[in-house]
Amino acid sequence: MQGSALLLRMRGLQRLNEVSTSKIPKEPASRMVTILFDGIAYGMLLFILACGLSVTLGLMNFVNLAHGAFALAGGYITATLMNRAGFSFFLCLPIAFLFSALIGVALERTLYRHLYDRSHLDQVLFTIGIVFMTVSAVDYTMGSGQQMINIPTVLRGRIDLLGGSIGVYRLFIIVICGLLTLLLQLALVRTRFGSRLRAAVDDPRVARGLGVNVNLVFAVTFAIGSGLAGLGGALGAEVLGMDPTFPVKFMIYFLIVVTVGGASSITGAFFASLLLGIADVAGKYYVPKAGAFIIYAIMVLVLIWRPQGLFVKGATR
Amino acid sequence: MTDIAAAAAVPQISPAADARLMLAAAARWRWWEFAVWIAALAAIVVFPRNLLLLNEIAILALFALSLDLILGFAGIVSLGHAAFFGVGAYAAGLLGKFGYGDPFLGLAAAAAVAAVLGFATSFLLLRGSDLTRLMVTLGIALMLLELANREAWLTGGADGLQGVTIGPVLGLFDFDLSGRTAYLYSLGVLFVLFLLARRIIHSPFGLSLRAVKQNPLRARAIGISVAVRLVAIYTLSAAFAGVAGALSAQTTQYVSLEVFDFIRSADVMLVLVLGGVGYLYGGIFGALIFKLMQDYLSAITPQYWQFWIGLVLVILVLAGRERIGAQLTRLFAPLLRWRRA
Repeated sequence: MQGSALLLRMRGLQRLNEVSTSKIPKEPASRMVTILFDGIAYGMLLFILACGLSVTLGLMNFVNLAHGAFALAGGYITATLMNRAGFSFFLCLPIAFLFSALIGVALERTLYRHLYDRSHLDQVLFTIGIVFMTVSAVDYTMGSGQQMINIPTVLRGRIDLLGGSIGVYRLFIIVICGLLTLLLQLALVRTRFGSRLRAAVDDPRVARGLGVNVNLVFAVTFAIGSGLAGLGGALGAEVLGMDPTFPVKFMIYFLIVVTVGGASSITGAFFASLLLGIADVAGKYYVPKAGAFIIYAIMVLVLIWRPQGLFVKGATR
Repeated sequence: MTDIAAAAAVPQISPAADARLMLAAAARWRWWEFAVWIAALAAIVVFPRNLLLLNEIAILALFALSLDLILGFAGIVSLGHAAFFGVGAYAAGLLGKFGYGDPFLGLAAAAAVAAVLGFATSFLLLRGSDLTRLMVTLGIALMLLELANREAWLTGGADGLQGVTIGPVLGLFDFDLSGRTAYLYSLGVLFVLFLLARRIIHSPFGLSLRAVKQNPLRARAIGISVAVRLVAIYTLSAAFAGVAGALSAQTTQYVSLEVFDFIRSADVMLVLVLGGVGYLYGGIFGALIFKLMQDYLSAITPQYWQFWIGLVLVILVLAGRERIGAQLTRLFAPLLRWRRA
């Protein structure tokens, strides 16, 4: 039994789609390029999925274990629209973003905002409750099987690059996620909204005093974070697999990205995602028996060594 | 003159004696506590067909009690308490499989193994915030799940540990199909460990733990060594959880990888919260409510009962756990004071 914790789930055993084991070249050098590349694609995907959480958990200090539910929403709306209504994949991506963002903002306005100043235990309980409800509800309405997303033919196939064989779809993921990352970083650092958000996170009271509409800023941030998770879910359904237990399966990965990356910036989360992605893919390939174990062990060690995260300079908060 | 004489005649109570009196008063058994245990025992006669369910309730109650020790009395939020349950289950299960089927030997081994693991990992929890603790406890449980999955030669992997045979309790009472022995055995163990927990909570050590929970900085400032207390209670709690796991392994004669699952850690937290955190009986009441709810709901919708559990959690948190608790206490307060009147 090779495998990971993620294999064993609430009901029945379901295998995760292997992140990347197919068509890996034989010779060591090009194999490494392929693995590295797959790892980067996986890491980028993780970043897009988790960056919303790095804001809510890292910056707003709200423990949201239900973040994966937004990714689930994005993945399912894409699969449903494509398979039942014949929408094109490229059209589904922005729809997935908007759909998850809408759900996110609705939940934030009605439920989540009451919990910002509650204890961490309450937040954990509440979001676990949301996860349970989501998993069961999706299972009930959509069935417990994997959702299939047929990526367009343009994105299939492989190309040779730097001596390695690389899936076009993975290249597509890297390009999209890379662009989004740049956009996010610019938005956070260069725009007025970005500075408002940083101010609101730094000290909500003072920010309010200076006329920043903190509630609005948080709501918009939450919506964008959920939307990105939805987009990640749509993009990642092919690579990660999409079934009702997705939020539970990947919860730990999202949490690792945020806690290891540190809370102070999204660049930390970005590097943590890349590291995790590459380590996971390489681990599953080179040491299939120890893969996930090593990742959890490293996470625990990093947290002991630097409780504030790996990429934080002189953390004070 | 007479005033002074009168004052001298009244024996002076020293602060230490005062504290002792206070502790003794807090530790006194209330009437409803007797009622709980008598009801638990009477259940054998009243519900002879549901003994297996009752057994599960007793085990879950012990598991939740162990979590209450750290969450309710030391304020440690753990998402990986299943680690100790699982280690205990595998310890007892493996002993049973390899011919050492004496139930109490299994319990002792499970408690020891879980306590060692708890002691070793408790040091990881001394630093960092709630979030770090959540992640570390979760990470440890997941690592154990990985390990148990990988070392299939020992644990049976995904097929579970089979071929566990457990001898009769005290050499006299065989585990029967009705679950009568199992329930009595689990209830007995629960009761003994509960007494132990109750004694500890109402000791000076228990009081100092509450101080640590309420304000670690201040506790440190008045000379309570926080780290020692956290390590001690975490180790104890791990041992309790290990015993709960052992009970489960012994009475079902089977251990599956699910013992380490995240869902189990989440469930036990839910159980405790349902019953109320920080007064020891929360685990017992919570386990009762949870199992009955599970039994009832999964009879209606076998696959989707978790939805309703989730809904209960959400409502519970939104309505305010403390507020509900306070309301209930006020509601029952006249009843609880009845004996003293």
